[in-house]
Amino acid sequence: MSALPFCDLDSLAAAIPDGAMLAVPADTYGVAMAATRALVRRAPKRLQLVCVPTSGIQADVLIGAGGVAQIDTSAVSLGEHGTAPRFAAAVRDGSLRVLDATCPAIHAALQASQKGLPFMPVRGILGSDLLAQRRDWRVIDNPFAPGDHIVAVRAIKPDVAFFHALCADRRGNVLVARSRDLLTMAQASRETFVTVEELVDGDLLADRERSPGVIPAVYVTRIAVVRRGAWPLGLAGRYDADAAALERYARAAKTTDGFRAWLDGWLSREPTAA
Amino acid sequence: MSASPSELLIATIARLLAGCRNVVIGNASPIPGSGALLARELSGGEMRVTILGSREYSDLTNGGVELFDRAAQGRVDAFFLGGGQIDGEANINLVGAGEYPRTEVRWPGSYGSAQLYFLVPRVILFREEHTPRVLVPKVDFVSAPGTSPAGVYRPGGPWKLLTGLALFGFDRPRKRFALESVHPGHTVEEVVDGTGFEFDRPALVPTTPEPEPRMLQLIRGKIRGEIAETYPKFAAGLAG
Repeated sequence: MSALPFCDLDSLAAAIPDGAMLAVPADTYGVAMAATRALVRRAPKRLQLVCVPTSGIQADVLIGAGGVAQIDTSAVSLGEHGTAPRFAAAVRDGSLRVLDATCPAIHAALQASQKGLPFMPVRGILGSDLLAQRRDWRVIDNPFAPGDHIVAVRAIKPDVAFFHALCADRRGNVLVARSRDLLTMAQASRETFVTVEELVDGDLLADRERSPGVIPAVYVTRIAVVRRGAWPLGLAGRYDADAAALERYARAAKTTDGFRAWLDGWLSREPTAA
Repeated sequence: MSASPSELLIATIARLLAGCRNVVIGNASPIPGSGALLARELSGGEMRVTILGSREYSDLTNGGVELFDRAAQGRVDAFFLGGGQIDGEANINLVGAGEYPRTEVRWPGSYGSAQLYFLVPRVILFREEHTPRVLVPKVDFVSAPGTSPAGVYRPGGPWKLLTGLALFGFDRPRKRFALESVHPGHTVEEVVDGTGFEFDRPALVPTTPEPEPRMLQLIRGKIRGEIAETYPKFAAGLAG
C-alpha cells in the first residue's frame, strides 16, 4: 500500500459497493455501528453479509433498511433484548436469502481463505439439516482414515472485512487486542475497512507486548476515526453496550412503522451521540 | 427462605456440573451461566468456567474460534444447548418452526450447536418452557442431531434435559429420555401433559432437591454479582 488509508466515515461507507460481500463481527468484538449508519444513509443494495459467526442489531438494521440480499450466519439475535425482528420478518416474506451456518464452519471457511486454501474440514454437522441446504459444504472421506466422513466447507473470501477497533497508528496498523477473529477476517478478505476509537502516536508494531494484537497495515485498506463507534453496542476494554438504547431498538423494530421511525431518528443523529 | 424457580434451576445445574473441570457457557444462557459459576464456587477452584460474551470469565486469547478448537480437542467437559424445539431423540432445532426456509417463526439460528453437540461429552439441554410446542415428537429442522450412526466421529452428545418442570437423562444407544426427577410443586402428570414425546419413567419419581441454604446465599450474593457482568438484565431480576 502506497497511499495511507485514512478517510472520513462517509468516504469509508461510500467505498462499499452495492452487492459487496461484507464480513462483520459478533456483537462483543467491535461492530462498526457508526460506519453502518453512514452506510445506511447511502442506501446500499444487495449486500451479502457474512456474520463472524453471528450478528445482532447491525444485521437487523441493514436488513430492515432493505440493503441485504443474503446473509451467511450462525445466528441473528438481539441477545438479552430478544429476537431480531427485521431479520425474522425478512425470512417470513422471503426477501432475504439465509445461508444457515454453524459458528465453527464460518470460522473455518475464513481460515481456509486466510491460508489460501480451497476448503477446510470441520467436525460435527453430519446428519443436520444445515448440511442438506448448503451447496458450499460437502462430505468427504478423511484421506488418512478411510470411512471417517468429515464435512469440508468451501473457503469464504469476503470483499470487505468491516469492523470497529480500539486504535490505529499513523502507519495504518490497527490494535484489536484479544479480539483475534478480527485479524482472521482481515486476512481472509480482499480489503479491510475499519473504524477506530482514536489515532495514536508511534508504531503499534514496535510495542512488543501489544503487537500480537495488531493487524498490520498491509491488510488495512481504509480507516476512519470515530469515538464510540460501536454504540449502542460496546467495545471490549472501553465501554459497555447501552442496554437502554438496545431495548428501545428491540421494541421499536417489532413493526415496520416502528422500525422506520427508529431509523429516521438514528440517521439524523450525530455519529457519536449516545 | 424458599427458592424461586430460577434459583432451583441454578442449583440443579451446579449439582449436575460437580466434578467437571472445564465448563463453557454459550450465548443467551444466564441460568446455565449462574449454575456454572455456582458450581465453580463450590468446587473450591477446581473448575474453570468460560462464558461467551464475558470479559471477566473468558480466558480465550485466540478469538471466539478458540472455543470450538478447544471442544474439537476434547478440552471442554460440559456445555449447554437449548432449542425452540427438542424432540424425543434429542434432535434440536434452533432455526424455526414451520417449513424451512420461510418458517412462520424464525429463531436466531444454530450457533455452534452442530459442532459442539458432537464433541462435548456432557451436553445439557436446557429450556425453561416445558410445553408440547417445545418438546415435540419430531423437530421441524435439525440444527444438530441427538445421535449419529456408528462410524461418525462423535465423542459427545446429549446427557441431560433440564426444564422448568423436570430433569431427564438421555440414553444414547436407546435414543430415549428417562425422567429423573420432577421439581418441587410440580407433578408427573404435568410433565406428561407438557411433553410431546414418549419417555421412560421409574415407578416412583423423585423430587428435584431444593438448593441448600449455602447455595441460596451464594446465588443471591456472589453469583448474582458475577453473572451481572454478562447478563445485567437477568441479574437485576434475581432476588438480592
